[in-house]
Amino acid sequence: MKFKAKVLVYLKKSILDAQGNTTLHALKKIGFAETESLRIGKYFDLTLDAPSKADAEKKVKLMAEQVLANTVMEDFSVEVLEAPAHAAV
Amino acid sequence: MKAAVIVFPGSNCDTDCEHALKTVMGMDVQMVWHKDAVLPKVDLVVIPGGFSYGDYLRTGAIAKFSPIMDEVKKHAERGGLVIGICNGFQILLESGLLPGAMLRNRSQHFICKHVWLKTESVNTPFTSQLKAGQLLNVPVAHGEGNYYCDDATLKTLQDNKQIVFTYSNEKGEVNDSTNINGSRANIAGICNAKRNVLGMMPHPERASENILSSWDGRSIWESLLNQAGAVAK
Amino acid sequence: MTTTTVEKKITPEIIKAHGITTDEYSRILKILGREPNITELGMFSVMWSEHCSYKNSKPILKLFSKMNAELPRQEALLVKPGEENAGIIDIGDGWAICFKIESHNHPSAIEPFQGAATGVGGILRDIFTMGARPVLLMNSLRFGDLKQTITQRLFKGVVAGISHYGNCMGIPTVGGEVYFDPCYEGNPLVNAMALGLIRKDEIVRGSATGIGNSVYYLGAATGRDGLGGAAFASKELSEESHEDRPAVQAGDPFMEKLLLEACLELLKTDAVVGMQDMGAAGLTCAGCETASRGNSAVEIDLQYVPRRETGMIPYEIMLSESQERMLVIVKKGREGEVERIFDKWDLHAVKIGEVVAGNDYIVKDNGKIVAQIPAKALADDGPVYVREEQKPAYLAETASLDLSKIAEPKDFGAVLLKLLGHPSIASKAWVWEQYDHMVRTDTVLYPGHDAALIRVKGTNKGIAVSTDCNSMYVYLDPYRGGTIAVAEAARNVACTGARPIGMTNCLNYGNPMKPEIFWQFHQSVLGLIESCKTLEIPVTGGNVSFYNESPQAAVFPTPTISIVGLIDNIENRVPSSFQNAGDLIFIIGETKNEIGASHYLMVEHGLQKGVPPVLDLQREKKLQQFLIEAAAEKQVNSAHDTSEGGLAVALAECCFKSEKGLGAVIDGLELIRGGDLREDAIYFGESQSRVIVSVNSGKKESLIKLAMKYDLSVLPLGKVGGKELVMDKLQVSVEKLKQVFDSTIPAIMES
Repeated sequence: MKFKAKVLVYLKKSILDAQGNTTLHALKKIGFAETESLRIGKYFDLTLDAPSKADAEKKVKLMAEQVLANTVMEDFSVEVLEAPAHAAV
Repeated sequence: MKAAVIVFPGSNCDTDCEHALKTVMGMDVQMVWHKDAVLPKVDLVVIPGGFSYGDYLRTGAIAKFSPIMDEVKKHAERGGLVIGICNGFQILLESGLLPGAMLRNRSQHFICKHVWLKTESVNTPFTSQLKAGQLLNVPVAHGEGNYYCDDATLKTLQDNKQIVFTYSNEKGEVNDSTNINGSRANIAGICNAKRNVLGMMPHPERASENILSSWDGRSIWESLLNQAGAVAK
Repeated sequence: MTTTTVEKKITPEIIKAHGITTDEYSRILKILGREPNITELGMFSVMWSEHCSYKNSKPILKLFSKMNAELPRQEALLVKPGEENAGIIDIGDGWAICFKIESHNHPSAIEPFQGAATGVGGILRDIFTMGARPVLLMNSLRFGDLKQTITQRLFKGVVAGISHYGNCMGIPTVGGEVYFDPCYEGNPLVNAMALGLIRKDEIVRGSATGIGNSVYYLGAATGRDGLGGAAFASKELSEESHEDRPAVQAGDPFMEKLLLEACLELLKTDAVVGMQDMGAAGLTCAGCETASRGNSAVEIDLQYVPRRETGMIPYEIMLSESQERMLVIVKKGREGEVERIFDKWDLHAVKIGEVVAGNDYIVKDNGKIVAQIPAKALADDGPVYVREEQKPAYLAETASLDLSKIAEPKDFGAVLLKLLGHPSIASKAWVWEQYDHMVRTDTVLYPGHDAALIRVKGTNKGIAVSTDCNSMYVYLDPYRGGTIAVAEAARNVACTGARPIGMTNCLNYGNPMKPEIFWQFHQSVLGLIESCKTLEIPVTGGNVSFYNESPQAAVFPTPTISIVGLIDNIENRVPSSFQNAGDLIFIIGETKNEIGASHYLMVEHGLQKGVPPVLDLQREKKLQQFLIEAAAEKQVNSAHDTSEGGLAVALAECCFKSEKGLGAVIDGLELIRGGDLREDAIYFGESQSRVIVSVNSGKKESLIKLAMKYDLSVLPLGKVGGKELVMDKLQVSVEKLKQVFDSTIPAIMES
């Protein structure tokens, strides 16, 4: 079965996000003064083959732990959805 | 002394390291392709700077999966010497040979310039010829050299004297104003607990000859050669 | 996957939309002997665009080749201008250098980061496709007023783009120039230069020869990037082009690094016949140019072309400008060897065709011919126009500068600080510290000196490079401005002790259909040629970028010059800054009553007027010969030319660029003063052919003797030492000078 997975990777809350802060500062400067906080992360959009949704979730978590994120400094979240039939790779 | 320089796709300081170690310092140097499954018998492994795999995912993140890295780990476990410079340091962090991780420079820019390093530990094979507190003028060239680790790790590094170099100024002061990239505790280089693996962001291979703007980086190679000589005796 | 082309009827509207004139269309009909289909029309439109065909500049550019032919020592020129992707010059001991400069102005205006990055990528491919290993990058950048936030955004993006690409490639960006002037508002100039080293006997041509040899496609997959980008670059940027975003390509320096290593490894095998980058006009250009150079025919089938997007039609594949792609012609029977090397570097290499009998470029799609055009006609026989010229009216106005109406400043120290704080003069360390300028460990003189200098490992030789153009001079007098652009870049190289051996150029102008613009173009090229002829510097090639106009006006005519020099013994190199306290300071060359067209006049009096300083080329030649001999004889400890900001700025730079922050006491101005020189002309005037040198006190006599040998004026100015720059009318601490010089650009960019 094909599944679509979304993986979000972001710096741990305890770590200064300099890119995020710079962007926040810029937003405020150009007129979006209401912005309160901003953190930047990475988004991975992938399609994979797995026997079940649970298996797909397990696989994607492994990918995130081992490759997509560096858990020394980053956290991640995983969301797996069943892919529509025509969304082949 | 025998050394191997590991070449990853995207390495770009590999030939600089080869030149410094072989032509300048007279070591026996072999270039080793990252897909090789066997590491030749050497005393020193150099993981050079560059942009392995473009650093697109994270610096050093993909290189750690190269076949040669298992061999490098075994070499380190056996007590063999490993030095990772710049991207090489990042690869050592990603592969767990050294603790911590790299963030983008505080300035958000790539920084290429000469900096002052303070020698914090002479108790390593890489710094044995240096004096405690000795200042070295060595260039940096990186976009992500902002060293991060948690408090517990930092304490361990400090307690074990694993911090080898810090960013300083020409007076030897180490403080926030001399911290070029935002690294924790101004860390420019650290070693492992066994002291045979060194990772550093600055480039000693770019400061190894009189014709270049500094040759302070030589003392690291001289320490290693001296070490090898001592072992031979 | 199959693609189908809807057979589109060629209407006058379609022809017009492709920027093809009625005359040009008749020419196409004659070449083909029939009507073209849409794919063929697209191919003609990109190859016959200004960007690829130089149709508006060819008659003028021919003058460079004519000049070359009259020079002595032309045997060093291993490739003639325009013949290959880049020029090549013999530097002895079996080595040659391969270099070129190219514009990426319009893409950078729309997307500064990617525009500049892909500009670097393109120029590097031009170098390594010839078999040379790129060893340095330089650039010339021009932006509008730095106070404008739009300028700051462009400046920041361009610098980040160059840094991203060059750093990742591991090729040092060793210097360049950055100017700011309102005329570049909305139309920045981004000219990137690369230089490579090659063994003389390993030069690779961009040609397809040998019937039966394989045509390989190497590198990134093809997408719809920059469709018609070459044609796009040849149109004025209007308000609408902000909507034109798909014309921008994105670069992948990691892919290019793999291509570089794989290609150089491949060329060691001698399995390769020819190689060509797919740059502007992509597969169309690469195919027809290799066939044309090889006097052969090339046949490809698009079904084998790797694609990144679905549903691409032949028209799109042929015109795509996706980056990091190459065409490689491989000897029949050697394909396996080639594929093994590509595999090693994890690169995608596909055989897409063959060299065949005939003269055509034949494009098939699943075996069916979708385009067939005589390769030479497409590559070389484009239309050539001789455009109308007219001297612009503004020149009468700008030339009328009444010096008696210009008041001398009250506070010379304040003027000096103002000049040092002008973004065009101020330190560019904020820029070059973002470039890895020392990777490869060859950079011996860092950015900030008169020219950058790299060593050639394994020899005693060094290569100096300077990129330069004072475009305000060219605007105010195109001919003289052109002569000065070459003279100054060559002087910068000579200051390091190197002998200028080659020139390449990137000619940036407005719309050539405007007679005034074409006159600027023609006159300034004549100026460049005059200088090259007298200074005996061959021209190895060049690049023309027209249509550099913002909605307000054309940019200043900007012929960016890159001069490459050779120093036989790198140990004799000369830095630009003072080295030792106690050294004596001399000025070589004459100071005249010249403040027209100066930065002083612009910064202090708000005028871009007057005529540029006079240039005596014979004297300039002697000055450069003197500098080269002085270096070889180890006579001087530093040499720095006076340019924007004149003597005072040059002296300040000699002071604060020294490692120790040395000051200087200048007590010899009386010697310059003589006659009836204005004080501001002495301090800030930009008289040409002048250099400040410092020497050991014991070498005073021999220096004077050497200058006399070349019939040059030599005046003692004072002594290096102290912590201040002291002149009759000013006294400022070196620390203060340096602080203003260093802080200007960061203060604007980091706020």
